[in-house]
Formats: sequence, C-alpha cells, structure tokens
Amino acid sequence: MYQYTDDDQTLIEERVAQFRGQTQRFLSGELGADEFRALRLMNGLYIQTHAPMLRVAVPYGLLSSKQFRKLAEVARKYDKGYCHFTTRQNVQYNWPTVESVPDILAELATVQMHAIQTSGNCLRNTTSDHLAGVSTDEIEDPRPYCEIIRQWTTLHPEFAYLPRKFKIAVSGSERDRAAVQLHDIGVYLVKNDAGEVGFRVLAGGGLGRTPIIGQTVKPFLEKKHLLSYLEAVVRVYNLFGRRDNKYKARIKILLKETGLEKFTAMVEDEWLRIRDTMVIGEERIAAMKAQFVAPAYDAQAGNDASCEQHAAENAGFAKWLKYNTVDHKVAGYRIVFVSLKAPDSPPGDITADQLEALADLADRYSFGEIRSTHRQNLVLADIKRGDLFALWQKLDALRLATPNIGTVTDMICCPGLDFCSLANAGSIGVAKEINEVLDDLDYIHDIGDLKINMSGCMNGCAHQSVGHIGILGVDKKGEEWYQITLGGSSENEAAIGERLGPAVAKNQITQTITAILDVYLQQRLEDEPFLQTVNRVGLEPFRDRVYANH
Amino acid sequence: MQIIKDKQLVDNTWTFVDDDSEFGNSGDITVSLDRWESHKQQLAHRIGKTGIRLNPGDHTEELAGTLSGVELIELYFPVFTDGRPFSHARLLRSRLGYKGEIRAVGHFLPDQIFYLSRVGVDGFELENQDQIPLALSCMGDFSVRYQASSN
Ligand code: SF4
Repeated sequence: MYQYTDDDQTLIEERVAQFRGQTQRFLSGELGADEFRALRLMNGLYIQTHAPMLRVAVPYGLLSSKQFRKLAEVARKYDKGYCHFTTRQNVQYNWPTVESVPDILAELATVQMHAIQTSGNCLRNTTSDHLAGVSTDEIEDPRPYCEIIRQWTTLHPEFAYLPRKFKIAVSGSERDRAAVQLHDIGVYLVKNDAGEVGFRVLAGGGLGRTPIIGQTVKPFLEKKHLLSYLEAVVRVYNLFGRRDNKYKARIKILLKETGLEKFTAMVEDEWLRIRDTMVIGEERIAAMKAQFVAPAYDAQAGNDASCEQHAAENAGFAKWLKYNTVDHKVAGYRIVFVSLKAPDSPPGDITADQLEALADLADRYSFGEIRSTHRQNLVLADIKRGDLFALWQKLDALRLATPNIGTVTDMICCPGLDFCSLANAGSIGVAKEINEVLDDLDYIHDIGDLKINMSGCMNGCAHQSVGHIGILGVDKKGEEWYQITLGGSSENEAAIGERLGPAVAKNQITQTITAILDVYLQQRLEDEPFLQTVNRVGLEPFRDRVYANH
Repeated sequence: MQIIKDKQLVDNTWTFVDDDSEFGNSGDITVSLDRWESHKQQLAHRIGKTGIRLNPGDHTEELAGTLSGVELIELYFPVFTDGRPFSHARLLRSRLGYKGEIRAVGHFLPDQIFYLSRVGVDGFELENQDQIPLALSCMGDFSVRYQASSN
C-alpha cells in the first residue's frame, strides 16, 4: 500500500490549515455562503437535510487497519458511532457539525487520509478494481497508475473549477469490476499486439440524469503518456464543456454534441503539443510499483485440508464460502467479501465497533489491509484457506457475514430521503422492506447473481440505471413513487437499463420486485442469470405481470 | 486602486475600455479580444500602451503571433466558478510563450490565488481591496505540489 512521503503529508496538513481558515471565515460571516459552498464541496463537505455530511476519500478503495481505527474513532467522537461506505469506495459521515470538520480532517491527516476533491466540480477521487493485485484475471495491477493519477489530480491548479464533476476509474483485469465505461474517463490496462502493456482510454461515460456509456478515444496509449493524455482530455473539457446548463455540463454531453471523431481529434491535437513535456519516467513507474508489491504469502497455505472439512460439516460456513469468497491468484488463499448488507442495516453502513473489530481481523489474517467496493461492501483480500473458518466465525459474530454477495439482497442504495436534501423518495426503508420480503436465503441463492441499485433521485448516486434492476425514487405530487428499469449493467457489457413502465407507488414496490423475480424464475433456462434472461426475453413478460391489474 | 503584482502591492495604471466607449490616444488601456483584432491599426498608433482583456469564452490561440510588445493580458472572471481562465493562463505561458503580465480581474476569490499563481497569473485586481492581506497570505497556502505547471 502506498506510504506517504514527507511532501504528501505536508500537502494534506496544509490543506487542513487552509480549510480551517475558510471555515472560520464562513462562520464569522467574512466568507459568503455561495463562496464557501464551492470551497467546502471541494473538501467533501455537504450541508444536508439534518446535518452536514462529510465525504472522506479512500483512494482506489484501499485502506489500512490503522486508518480503519481512525475512522472508528472519528465516528464515535464526531458522529453517531457509525459511518457509511459509498458507491465510489469513499466513506461518509452523516452527522458532523460544520465547526468540527477542520478537527476531523486534522485527525484523518494523522493516518494519511483526507477529503480532498471528494465533491465539487473538480477531479474526483480515482476509483479502481477492489480485487486489484489479487484477482486471477489481471493483466497488471492498476494501483500504481491509480496513485500516479491521484497525485496528478490532487490540487491540480488548472482543473479545480471544471464545468462539472469529473471521475476517473482504472481497471487492470479482463473482467471490469470498476464500472470503467461509466466514468468521465475510463482506463483499461491492455496488451497490444506486440505484447506491451498500455492503456485503452475511454471518455464520456457517466450516470446521473443522462446515463451514457463511454467511448474509446485512445485504443492504445503507452504508459509513459498517461498523464499528458489525461491532461489533454481535461483541458479540452475545461475549455469547451458547457457551462450554461448544469445538466449538460458533463464531458459526456460535450463528446455527444461534438461527435466522437471531432472530440478525439481535439484531444489528440492538444495531446501532441504537451506529450513530450509530461513523460512519466520508467523509474517513477518502477518506484510506484514498488509501493504495491505482493505481501509475503505463505508457500504452505495450499496444504490446508481444514477448510473443506469445515464446509462439509457446517452448512452456514459452506454458504458463506460459496457466496462471500472468491479465488485468489495465489494457491491456498481466498479473497473474502465482508457484507455490509445485513438485512436490518442500511446498505454500506458500519459501526465504530465493527470498524475496529475488522481492523483487528485485517491485522491478524490479511496483512493489515482492507478494501472498499463499488457495491458498498468490504474486502479482506489475502486470507489463507486455513484461516477461513475462524474468520467466518468472527465475522458472523460481528454480523458481517451475511452470505449474500452478488445476490438480490446485496443492494446498493443511496442515503435517499433519510439524509439527502435532494431526494425525492426514501431508499433505505425500501431496501429494508425488500430485505424483509426476501428473507429466505435458499430462495435468494436460487435467484443467484442479481444486482439491484436504488437511488432516491435523478442524480443516481446508487447507479440505478446500470442495475440489473434499477429503482429510482420520483416525486409525484409530493408522494414517493419509484421508476423501475431492467437490464442495466456496469460490467464489460455495460448497458443502461430500460424502463419497465409507469412508476409504482411506495406500497407496491416490494410486490413489484417479487413479481419481477417470479417472471425470471419462470422464464430462465437452466442456470441462466437474471440479466441474460432479461436480454433474451425482453421486457414484455415482466411488464405483463407487473402491470397486469392496471 | 492597488493591485497585487509579483506578490507586491502596486498602483494600477491600466483602465479597461469597453467596446462601446472610445479608446482615446493616451493612457494604458485594455480592450476586448474582438476590438484588439478589429482595430489593430488604430490601437497600434496610440501613445499609451494597449493590453487585452480575455473573457472565459475567448480562444487564446487567436493571439498567437500577435503578442510581441503586449505588456498586459487581463483574464476576466464573470463568476469565480468559471475555470476557463485557468487554462487560458496556462496556454498563454506554455504555448504562446507570453512573458508579460497576466492579471486576474472580476469575480475571483482570494482562495483561488494560489492556483492562479501556479498557472501563470502574476497580477491580481481584487474587487474588495480589504481582501488584499488575505490574498497575499493565500499565495503561500501550499509549499508542495504534484504537477508541473507554469509556476
Ligand atoms: S441519488 Fe439523489 S437522493 Fe440519493 S444520495 Fe444522490 S442526490 Fe441524494
């Protein structure tokens, strides 16, 4: 994991001091609310329905146990004893006071954490594959490049006042787990015909009101040119992106209105002029790679027989093993998902006690590291087979072992009406209701891979448009209604979900979901997953059932 | 009125003349890019100096090859959230090789001065003169940086 240099540390401390000054000027009336708004957003601070919300950056979803303990401490001292993991791998506190935020940031800075550019119209936190470095299908570990990008984006002087927010994601695997195609810039590590590894760069993807899948603007980019190319794209966007209408201000609209060919030519022209001034040296890449070397794996880990035996004897453990762990690239190890989707807990929420207990487990079993995922779960990436049973027991006691990863109850869900001032409708309560109806684990496991994403408004923070089932809260004359889409995906075959039909009322939502699941179970061929069935049979059978009585 | 130039307070000697007003013969003035392009001859014969004021929607490349002798380019901020002048400054310095003063004018915040300095702005005309001490202190907000830029 990347360790800060003295300069990195100085930078975040100076940022805390700067923000402390800005907060004081705001509180004393010297700085207006509008001005403070832009400045505080660039430091992750929102003013929400009940209280301010502070979003803390988790660069590419990687955390240390030490950082986890600090998150717990902050949750207790400044919040209500818990925090929330977001769909962009970050952490949110829902109840701090404005006055306390500089102190929180100062505390976070002691463990190399910050809230820089976690909101606002600027270059946001770079996200990546939560299985980076350990998955079986990786071309190359994306994290060194993520860190290079993180540094380039941090306090970039030219791009702090963009037309809109700007998000970059990087994936180094064949299977896209980072929703790369749905980012303003998406970067895939790829191998060219000559066998060299470089980048395929996409631009213009994005969710929100007008979900669009990104298009390739550079099929193969040499590694050394990564930053110059990013700089060229963002400069073109900064100069030509629309600023007259906030809903048309994302780069996806610029690309659409300009046309792929012309847009690509503009970027290319800019890039060729700066390319040779921003080359990333081989030493820099090598030094960054050295920050992400594999931990000291135990060569004997493969000799374990206990795991299989426990699985044969304990059905609960066997289920968890099947649903919440995946193959590791090193023999004898597995990757463990820690489910933050216990039936009665809001998706992504975690208490201070759980944070601390997980930090201990990470230290004991997983080299002291923890990752956050896009689907609001956590990952312990390096677990020896022989430790799985003990780990499961401990996670189970912490209520962090619900065996539902990738299933219908592993919903992602924005804060909705409960916390967000922009919401049209509640989402946490609906998630809970769906969970209550789907309380039979065997049924859930029978349904298999199904991603439900639910957002409380068009901003789409929970990426509902790419959920296999998307649920979007809409306001109908002051009442909470829900728009349903089917067939979305954020993976390799990225797709925007199609609208099922008219929105359904709040008291109809659970029966609508169960009706959709029923149709799927009737229509599926053998082991066909939900998404494939929807793509094969289309929406009609689902419409017929859901709107049968309308 | 005082402005900040190279981190020092100096008196401002320049006036912006909008497109509807006569620009006269004497005094140091800035004019819009439109006027700069359409009245090149007349402007060249003035006794006073002439500089250019760029709006966020202007394109800096139109100035290529025309900047010799120009001592001031103003970057006008209609709102502080419009980030285009940041790119303009960077391009003026790095692409057009412009060495004269680049001055931020209009609605920008002292809190933006650190970044503006980084991209090559060296003059700051603050709307609120009371903010000059704050602006000067903001120039030292950060002692470290990740990106190469103009400064
Ligand atoms: S989707 Fe809407 S309601 Fe939900 S968190 Fe985002 S802005 Fe708030």
